[in-house]
Amino acid sequence: MTQPIIEVTNLERSFGANRAVDGITFQVEPGEVFGLLGPNGAGKTTTVRLLNGILPPSGGTMRVFGLDPATEGESVRKQTGVLTETPSHYERLTARENLEFFGTLAEIPEQALGSRVLKILSFFELESRANDKVETYSKGMKQRLALARALIHEPPLLFLDEPTSGLDPEAAQQVNDLIAGLSRRSRQTVVLATHNLLDAQRLCDRVAILNKGRILAMGSLKELARKLWPVTWVDITLFNGASAESAAAGIQSVRGVRQVTAENESLAIQVEADDVIPQVVSALARENIPILKVNPRDYTLEDIYFALQAGEA
Amino acid sequence: MNWRSIWAIARKDLKEVRQNKAAWAPGIIVPLVFAIIMPLVFIILPQVIPVEDVQRELGDIDALLRNMPPAMKAIFNDKSLEQMFVIYMAGFMLAPMFLIMPLMFSSVVGSDSFVGERERKTMEALLYAPTSDMELFLGKVLAAVLPAIGLSWLTYLVYAVVVNAASFSLMGGLWFPLASWWPMMFWLTPALAVLGISATVLISSRVRTFMEAYQLSGSLVVLVLALVFGQISGVLFLGVGTVLVIGTLVWAVDAVLIYLSVSNFKRSSLVARL
Repeated sequence: MTQPIIEVTNLERSFGANRAVDGITFQVEPGEVFGLLGPNGAGKTTTVRLLNGILPPSGGTMRVFGLDPATEGESVRKQTGVLTETPSHYERLTARENLEFFGTLAEIPEQALGSRVLKILSFFELESRANDKVETYSKGMKQRLALARALIHEPPLLFLDEPTSGLDPEAAQQVNDLIAGLSRRSRQTVVLATHNLLDAQRLCDRVAILNKGRILAMGSLKELARKLWPVTWVDITLFNGASAESAAAGIQSVRGVRQVTAENESLAIQVEADDVIPQVVSALARENIPILKVNPRDYTLEDIYFALQAGEA
Repeated sequence: MNWRSIWAIARKDLKEVRQNKAAWAPGIIVPLVFAIIMPLVFIILPQVIPVEDVQRELGDIDALLRNMPPAMKAIFNDKSLEQMFVIYMAGFMLAPMFLIMPLMFSSVVGSDSFVGERERKTMEALLYAPTSDMELFLGKVLAAVLPAIGLSWLTYLVYAVVVNAASFSLMGGLWFPLASWWPMMFWLTPALAVLGISATVLISSRVRTFMEAYQLSGSLVVLVLALVFGQISGVLFLGVGTVLVIGTLVWAVDAVLIYLSVSNFKRSSLVARL
């Protein structure tokens, strides 16, 4: 069994009376893309800061690569890369100078630094602008440069805090593709702090949904949907004027069907599990009822998120 | 302690300052005025206007020198009125003005480095770098102190060349620097550069913008102006002993301020101010 890269138990951080992080517990496995989802003020950025040892916790325990970030922050930060929520650069310096600076701080040997900088600039398609001042870059280019900065020392763990915030759709898509590519190609472990649910659904293996410093739910999309909605709904559209009412009568007796609603040419059927759906389709076929479309309802992360936040409210 | 990281931070800060006109402009203009324009005015003036007018302007120069310690006064023996004027102005009166430079340079660079970094929102990425708090602190302090001392010394050098060249025929040879300038350069100037940066670090935790920090730390110049007026009024003369004592006092204040600055410069408190 592999050792988790991050282990957090009852972690707390208060600022005066405000509990920014309120007793959260989670683990992140190697190669996983783990999402911290929540509205502004949910505690996502504070959690990233705690895990990198730039803020001490008020309570609880945390281990990153088996190290305590509160006391071994430097060693932890050598193995992490962070894309901050405001990915500001030294605008009066060139992209190359920015990366050489952070590469030096990350202790990349002098003789390897130049080639490493060129390699990463090329990976992020910035090599032709390497010697231009960053102030001349577009927002999307600055975001790619910020990702390059976070990855310059090839850290095994990457924290991305709102990586597509403020980007236009094309630039956001480009950044998401890069993140997805990192995860696919090099099994990069990523902690993604975001309130962008579509990004999270696309990129994350598991998510923790936070609100007011607490974790409301945690798991994969499927697990979370199953927790919230233990039954499955399937919508069936019949073909060419077939009667939904008579079709409904025919499938009420199928084992595992819990509820059937008929309206015009459509049936909404609640079943106990996914494997009931083929039996429903067979029953309709036996009755010679023509089927146009079978659509098991998928829950999006957005459905789950808002259901949880509404429950919390 | 990782000195490669420390120097990288210092170099980066200096590169940034070079691009900030508000930060480097005083570093050119002030030395130009102090090292070239002012000495030329005070040396050429008594050579182009009648001695009587100089005397009238100065009043009785003996009155000005009345409170000067005898050892310092010896340099004026057997000198003409024009020579006395040049020694008095270039050797004594302008001396404390030079102490403004290390203070000013270090507080300007320090303001840009400590507050400017926060203002430009680049501090957070720096805090995530695998450096210790002390390495970050030292890198930023060196970026402010070393150029402050270097530029001050360069200004002293230019001043010495200008003073000696302009007054060579009048004085009949090289006469500058006076003995008191040596401890001023090598003891008091570094102490003031450190005073400028340590005060700026403390000020930076209370202000939000580079200009606020610059203006507040600039108020330290009042200390130097006190020395200027002390000399003009004859209350205080910057002899070797006086400079050594003032330097020692400033270093003692530096030690306290540096201690406070280091205690104040923690990632956890810096991140809270982002």
